[in-house]
Amino acid sequence: MIRFFKKKRYPEFWSTHIEKVQNSQKYANFEDIRFVALDTETTGFDYENDRILCIGAVAIKNNKILVSDSFEIYIKQAIFNKETVKIHGIRKDGNEIKLSEEEAIIKFIDYLDDAVIVAHHTAFDVTMINQALNRLNVGPLESKQLDTNYIHKKIAKTDTYKKIFSLEELCEIYNVKMHDRHTALGDALITAYLFLKQTAKYKKNNALNLFDLINTNYHLPK
Amino acid sequence: MKNTIAERIYDFLKNFPPFDVLEKEQLFKIASNVKVTYIEKDNFVFKQEENPHEHFYVVKDGAIGLYRDMDNEQILVDICDEGDIFGLRPLIQNDLYLMSAKANEESVLYAVSVEILKEIIETNDKVKKFLIASFSSNIKTPYAKGTNGQLFANIEMLQTSNSSFTEIQSAEFSKNPVTTLKTATIKEAAKIMSEKRVGSILIVENKNPIGIITDKDLRSKIATGLVSIDESVTAIMSSPVKTFKQKITVAEAQIAMIKNKITHLCITKDGTNKTELIGVLSEHDIVVMHGNNPSLLIKKVSRAKDVNSLKYIREKASNLLQGYIEQNIPIIFISKIISEINEAITIKAIELSLEEMDKEPPVKFGWLALGSQGRKEQLLMTDQDNALVFEDVPSEKYQPTKQYFLQLAKKITEKLNVIGFEYCPADMMASNPKWCLSLSEWKNQFDSWIKTPTEDAMMMCTIFFDFDLVFGDKKLVYEMSESIFKSIESFEIFLNFMGRNALRNPPPIGFFRQFLVENDGEHKDQFDIKSRALMPLVDAARLLTLSHSIKDKNNTISRFKKLAKAEPKNEDLYLSCIDSFKILLQFRTQQGLTNNDSGRYVDLNKLSKSEKLSLKGCFKPIRDVQDLLNIRYNLAQMM
Repeated sequence: MIRFFKKKRYPEFWSTHIEKVQNSQKYANFEDIRFVALDTETTGFDYENDRILCIGAVAIKNNKILVSDSFEIYIKQAIFNKETVKIHGIRKDGNEIKLSEEEAIIKFIDYLDDAVIVAHHTAFDVTMINQALNRLNVGPLESKQLDTNYIHKKIAKTDTYKKIFSLEELCEIYNVKMHDRHTALGDALITAYLFLKQTAKYKKNNALNLFDLINTNYHLPK
Repeated sequence: MKNTIAERIYDFLKNFPPFDVLEKEQLFKIASNVKVTYIEKDNFVFKQEENPHEHFYVVKDGAIGLYRDMDNEQILVDICDEGDIFGLRPLIQNDLYLMSAKANEESVLYAVSVEILKEIIETNDKVKKFLIASFSSNIKTPYAKGTNGQLFANIEMLQTSNSSFTEIQSAEFSKNPVTTLKTATIKEAAKIMSEKRVGSILIVENKNPIGIITDKDLRSKIATGLVSIDESVTAIMSSPVKTFKQKITVAEAQIAMIKNKITHLCITKDGTNKTELIGVLSEHDIVVMHGNNPSLLIKKVSRAKDVNSLKYIREKASNLLQGYIEQNIPIIFISKIISEINEAITIKAIELSLEEMDKEPPVKFGWLALGSQGRKEQLLMTDQDNALVFEDVPSEKYQPTKQYFLQLAKKITEKLNVIGFEYCPADMMASNPKWCLSLSEWKNQFDSWIKTPTEDAMMMCTIFFDFDLVFGDKKLVYEMSESIFKSIESFEIFLNFMGRNALRNPPPIGFFRQFLVENDGEHKDQFDIKSRALMPLVDAARLLTLSHSIKDKNNTISRFKKLAKAEPKNEDLYLSCIDSFKILLQFRTQQGLTNNDSGRYVDLNKLSKSEKLSLKGCFKPIRDVQDLLNIRYNLAQMM
């Protein structure tokens, strides 16, 4: 019973994460905010049973994609789904250097720092990461989150309330060339391009403000 | 750590200079540190007079226009598209941006850290050279002398290796010529020659050369018994000798030998035969210097007995040309040699045709090369453009005389055609009765073109004013030139019309999509280097020399040289026109050789970035000289 009331003690990486996100001073000035466009490749779409194979991410700051500030990591698999190999090309014993899920997630949280997450269908990637965090008895992510799908809905002039846009559709709309589809970092880069173009469009009618952008996200943590 | 994005950027950059010459690790370092940025149409990357960013930019997608603000107007200076770099110079020179960069369409840019590049510049000479070239082509104005000298502290080091177009090596000659006095006998002279194992001996008087005896003289005049070996050397020596200055170039030496049909040149102190002999330059020396030998071809031309051997020689000359271009031999030298060969072939074709005629020409005549042949700028096999002038004859003799020369011209043009000079599609050939005229007919023809400057007449002027006598009577040609200047003097507005004609093809401002390529026809999407780049310079040079009444200068380069002297305030501009012209001519020749055609149409997609850059650099002087014509002849009003 005593244990129940005891203040929860987190591993260091997680307390750092919480502290950084909660104390960040950057969010007020758009030029200072570090965004991280991310994408995960997974063994499947089942939050309970499937696992992350790879995380790719690249940072954006002041309207620039910073290639030097990117992240690409592969995770060793206990669970393996033959079906999705066709999509992401990551085999169980491929050549990539792979880390354990724990090592990978800790590295990722460290990389993420106080950044605002940008993804396409963010809920999926974030949930997969949260599941992994959960297995480490921490989580969920505290980071602020944006979704290129919802930002688009905000910008688009037509009523697109019910429509869900795929990454391909957005690439078509925003004239983004698709290279390296279905590699985590490739999709992360495409997402980053979309985000740059979307914020440029958004800026035309509105002063850029993180909280307005976040408000486009009615279903993600605000 | 693996970085797929950096790999992609690496793959992109490696196709474009200067990144293509970087070491793999160097480029990967650049790629890994790129910042990718997106800019919407009509937004600025930077503005003129702004402090430089930490990065320069490479266009990944889209197009960026570089503008200069002048009197509240934005003047488009250049357009950068895929793979072009911009905004670098101010970073290296610690200067403000000289131009504004604005997205002409939405663009994705790679921002590259200048610090990393600076490190690389220190160790990679090729990169340094490329950057200097790109700076000078972006900012070089003919009026800002020496701008490109300040880019890097160690520019001197680079300049020495950058002189491919300007230098022609001086000819090496033997400094201790074998000589004898005019009192010597032929036998004595021959003895000295065998002792010293030389093929020629100079006869000197007070150290000045007065004559020369070669092996050939001994063969033809002594061995045949024509002259006794005990006679004085003066009996068989060739005299006077052709003398030249010490600084004679290989090209000049070859031409002198070809022109004078001699094999030895005397080098004297001041170049005349009135000063001390200091050396002899033989054909053999030149062969040794060159390996390849155009004078041999000329020799073959003069020995040729029929058209087929001429054709063979012309093909050989093409090979020679190819070799010269590959070796990056200065274009002036190449064009001199090739023109001489072409001229020799034409002369031989005329001589062969004259032999075929039943009788001697009834009066003096001149065979004229026109257009690019007349300007001696024809390097590749192009069409023949020629004309014939004959002395005035009494009217009753006119018809038979004209018939004679038409028949002769027909024979000549047929031969030239067999040799490989295609017939002119517009029939501008001496075999056309319109272009086989007596002197007074030519004078009238020029006069009427000048005084009724229709578009057609202007076209004719651009072709016929660049004539050059290939064979025949010099005086006739001189009188033709005189008549042109006289007619222009009495009708000066002609120059304005000529100016308008010279501006009909504005040069492109940059290589950019359909912007400057041909819109339709067989050469759709190709760049017409002749009419868009070479002709504007040729036209400008012609017009300006006419306006100064400069005679005897039919070659574009020598015209600009003369103009630079005549108008010191425009010297820089004219000299930059010469540079551009040389580069363009070389380029066209290279294109022609590669594609086995006239080289006139250039497929932009096949050009490397540095080729595009060097072409682009040529457009600025064209624009500037056209501006000058525009103002001088008040052409804005006439357009």
